Amino acid sequence: MPVMTYRDALRSAMAEEMERDESIVLLGEDIGLYGGTHLVTNGLIDQFGPKRVIDTPIAEGGFTGAAIGMAMAGLKPIVEMMTWNFSFLAADQIIQTAAKLHYFSGGQVNVPLVVRGPNGGGVQLSAQHTHSLEGFYGHFPGLKVVSPATPADVKGMMLEAIRNPNPVIFLEAGALYGTKGEVPEGDEVVPFGKARVAREGTDVTLIAYGRQVPLLLKVADKLAEQDISAEVIDLRSIRPLDTETFVESVKKTNRAVVVQEQWRYFSVASEVCAVLQHEAFDYLDAPVERVSGAEVPAPYARNLEIAGFPTIDHVISAARRVLYLEK
Amino acid sequence: MRYQYLLLAIVFIILMKAARRATRVKSATYGTISTMSMVRDPDGPAKAVPPVPARPSHTGQGIDHDNAISSADNRQEAAMAPIIAPADTFTEGQAQVAYDAEALVGFYQKMVEIRLFEDATTKAFRQGKIGGYLHVYSGQEATGTAFLGAMNRDKGDVAIAAYRIHAHALLLGAHPNNVMAELYGKGTGIVKGKGGSMHLFHAEGGMLGGYGIVGGHIPLGPGYAYGNRYQGGEAVVQLYLGDGSIHNGAFHEAANLAGLWGKSGLCPTLFILENNQYGMGTSVERATAMTELGKKFESYGIEWERVDGMDIQATLKVAEQVQERVRETGKPYAIEAFGYRIVPHGAADFLEQYRSKEEVAKWREKDPIPLLHGQLIEMGIEEERLEAIRAEAKAMADEAVKFAEESPDPDLSELLTDVYADDTYVEPAG
Ligand SMILES: Cc1ncc(C[n+]2csc(CCOP(=O)(O)OP(=O)(O)O)c2C)c(N)n1
Ligand SMILES: [Mg+2]
Repeated sequence: MPVMTYRDALRSAMAEEMERDESIVLLGEDIGLYGGTHLVTNGLIDQFGPKRVIDTPIAEGGFTGAAIGMAMAGLKPIVEMMTWNFSFLAADQIIQTAAKLHYFSGGQVNVPLVVRGPNGGGVQLSAQHTHSLEGFYGHFPGLKVVSPATPADVKGMMLEAIRNPNPVIFLEAGALYGTKGEVPEGDEVVPFGKARVAREGTDVTLIAYGRQVPLLLKVADKLAEQDISAEVIDLRSIRPLDTETFVESVKKTNRAVVVQEQWRYFSVASEVCAVLQHEAFDYLDAPVERVSGAEVPAPYARNLEIAGFPTIDHVISAARRVLYLEK
Repeated sequence: MRYQYLLLAIVFIILMKAARRATRVKSATYGTISTMSMVRDPDGPAKAVPPVPARPSHTGQGIDHDNAISSADNRQEAAMAPIIAPADTFTEGQAQVAYDAEALVGFYQKMVEIRLFEDATTKAFRQGKIGGYLHVYSGQEATGTAFLGAMNRDKGDVAIAAYRIHAHALLLGAHPNNVMAELYGKGTGIVKGKGGSMHLFHAEGGMLGGYGIVGGHIPLGPGYAYGNRYQGGEAVVQLYLGDGSIHNGAFHEAANLAGLWGKSGLCPTLFILENNQYGMGTSVERATAMTELGKKFESYGIEWERVDGMDIQATLKVAEQVQERVRETGKPYAIEAFGYRIVPHGAADFLEQYRSKEEVAKWREKDPIPLLHGQLIEMGIEEERLEAIRAEAKAMADEAVKFAEESPDPDLSELLTDVYADDTYVEPAG
């Protein structure tokens, strides 16, 4: 299997599908001539031309809304949010129109739209440029929300996102763009709503998605040194949420820690906890732990930023707490 | 019936184009970036990453030079020439006005201080000592220096700007040491290391930010102006915005409010549109069909004028007049300061695929600092004096760097402070 970066896998999914399907167009700020702020779309304007790779003015609400109109007309637009932080300007279009159009048209109109871009923090961009929006977008029925963690998944899930007849919120792990992994050749679609067991274990279930998955794999290595066998679940998709995979895992391990970069309250981890107490109540040997970012807007200073995000040590402590190895 | 023919024709044209491209031999026009080893997050930190294929083939396996289709067509089709400086549209008489030489020496000093400070920030960014985004003001000094200089703090004047704002903070009296320390993320930073380059505040000097979402800060201007007049104040708000932000809904909504409230004399906002011809990699020409940006204000009943933003004598003359005019009328007014971003968008935007080296070189010839330098020499100011000013400014920047490097990191307890204006408890990470 070829090895490629998360960034290249993502680009190849779009390029391959664009070759196959002329109805796909890309829209976004500086995705063409500039090459894409994070180089995800680099070169695509050369391959497909400016009619299909559309550089837009800085007008997120306008071009996202226009993409919805394009989708209504039969195109399959892929909108790049330069970063998801700017999606608040498009949130009205995404939430009020894209998410609900199929419903309030009584099923007459489809919105096959993908909105994609890097999500999450970690490079000192401070308060206005650091958000993890899985919980935020995950709240709205009508949207599909995914957060792939590996090059193989980002490719397979992008293929699915483009073919899916619904609006898809495609939250890329910006911090992982440069990471490498094996990617199956060809048309390997990764369906939504299917979590992945990233590592098998028996003593405790660690649950995350996106950038936190590699972190949990490191944690699992460290726990192994302490003779603790951790199972790592990569949720992959937030809405729909595959509850079965993590519930089954917890029925086996009887303990769970949910890890996320976003804020604790009203978050994905909150939801996973609620599902676990309902579906696995009799199997739990300890209260489920949430490990989350500090309840503050992101700071700039390096030391403050690091202190504001979940760390390996936080997760190890939480795992030890659910095993009653520490308080 | 007819549109079916049209459709057929379009399909035919597309097929022909594709066939033409497929037969053309790739002439290695586009292989330059494949050797780069940094991702240029244009305004972001340089991150080491594996080389990026210059032009990924559709298998995603990287570039295949022999079989690649020529990209020249598509680029040509997408790119458009930037606007040529519309010198004849600048407010009359500028640049020829003889300004008091001594006063101009003072402005020269300010501009040089900003430039050398920015040079120091860029260097520190490249050394990895500054993180996040870094947008410098080099080339635009003549605008900020003149307009911020026209502010009257005794009357409560304030400035609100976006994220290319180191100069704004310095010109409004922030200490260079604290500004540099902020960029270094130190506890002695001007906002305690919490905001970084994009969020500089110096409320005491009238500097009210410092915002990172393009267009997001624009409505604050009319709002502050109304708030001040409502309370019987006589302040003028200077609201700085970029050419890229003018296509955002927030601009249009805010400009409309300003025009409307101005009818009752309740909106003394001076909009200063810094048209540096690019919003990141997108030229004004590629962002709007109506490129005379100042005119956008007209649709909201706001009068405006265009000024040569590269010439301090031009900006100075206009600045003094309009600041007081806005104060008297309570009505908004707009300036389009026409200039050029002679530096990359952000310190990590070094590829600049979106504009030519020749274009940048042409505009660098209009660099406001050498321009003023030449004017001063002509006015009889000795070179040694200007040399001394440059040396002093360099020492100031060096001192700021030293201060920042020697300053301590913020105390970790600072992570949880300032979230609320009262003592509401917030939880740490974990
Ligand atoms: C809403 C939003 N979209 C996109 C960005 C990313 N971005 C940062 S600066 C910039 C260009 C802004 O250009 P302009 O307003 O002309 O200001 P300049 O950088 O030229 O000073 C863009 C697109 C952002 N910060 N906010
Ligand atoms: Mg600009």
